[in-house]
Amino acid sequence: MILQIFDGLLLLVIVVLAWRSLNDRDVFRAVISFIALGLLIAVAWVRLRAPDVALAEAAVGSGLTGALILSALVRMRRRERAATATRGEAPT
Amino acid sequence: MTSRMPIGVLSLALLAALGWAVLSLPLRPAGLTAASLAKLPESGVTNPVTAVLLNYRGYDTLLEIGVLLLAIVAVWSLRRGEWPASHLHDRPLLMPLLRVVLPVLLLAAGYLLWIGAFAPGGAFQGGALLGGAIVLVMLGGLARRALAFERLLRAGLVLGVIVFAAVCAVTMLLTGGLLQFPAGTGGTWIMVIESAALVSIGLTLGLLYFGGRPNAHHA
Repeated sequence: MILQIFDGLLLLVIVVLAWRSLNDRDVFRAVISFIALGLLIAVAWVRLRAPDVALAEAAVGSGLTGALILSALVRMRRRERAATATRGEAPT
Repeated sequence: MTSRMPIGVLSLALLAALGWAVLSLPLRPAGLTAASLAKLPESGVTNPVTAVLLNYRGYDTLLEIGVLLLAIVAVWSLRRGEWPASHLHDRPLLMPLLRVVLPVLLLAAGYLLWIGAFAPGGAFQGGALLGGAIVLVMLGGLARRALAFERLLRAGLVLGVIVFAAVCAVTMLLTGGLLQFPAGTGGTWIMVIESAALVSIGLTLGLLYFGGRPNAHHA
């Protein structure tokens, strides 16, 4: 019974996090939702008795992909800042 | 809004088709579980997942490692990489963390590689840990000189595919079949392939984070 409740909550949170990682207006928060989503999907794989997939999901899907997206986000913001800075200096 | 209608209808139709396909599946499929478990003693490993990945369906895994190599080749062709903007003195906690975490990560990567023959684990999981360790090293801005050895890095990146292909060639000479290991030696061949794959997967995932070719100026 407790496991069923756990599974239900797990599924619910996975769907909510997936929705938030797509729709959050703050991109940084969306990325964090995505990383948390990966970790919970890893838990779901464990519940499905697929620990091999869970290990790969936690390490690659959540950890490394999260790091890649975060670094892409930092680069994107740096470029945006540079663009607005040059626009501000330009005489109009 | 009206332009979204056809897309919505199409999505619903796709959902219905997928639902119908899933519901029409037999409840207890015969599958290949029994067949693969029956052959497990001959595969050289006792973890059924590793047996499928590197013995029964080794060809798929060879191509997967090739895909990873293609990914890093594509990234290196597009641009030169850059170091994270902040440096170690901006992050006083990073270095003490690395001192503890890096040895554990390396040990765990080796452990996952070894345990993959008997229990969940293997080259991909171990490689991911190795890649994570490389990302941490880069975040600390450490080992900058290592990127100057581009040839060595390239050798590490292709090692997995080359060793896998070499094992294919050698075992084909011995048994006449692609990725057919001689009887009783499957475990050894699988460990050779996985050890090389671990290095390449770890390097690939770690260097992807660098986001481009190593730049000579930063060395």
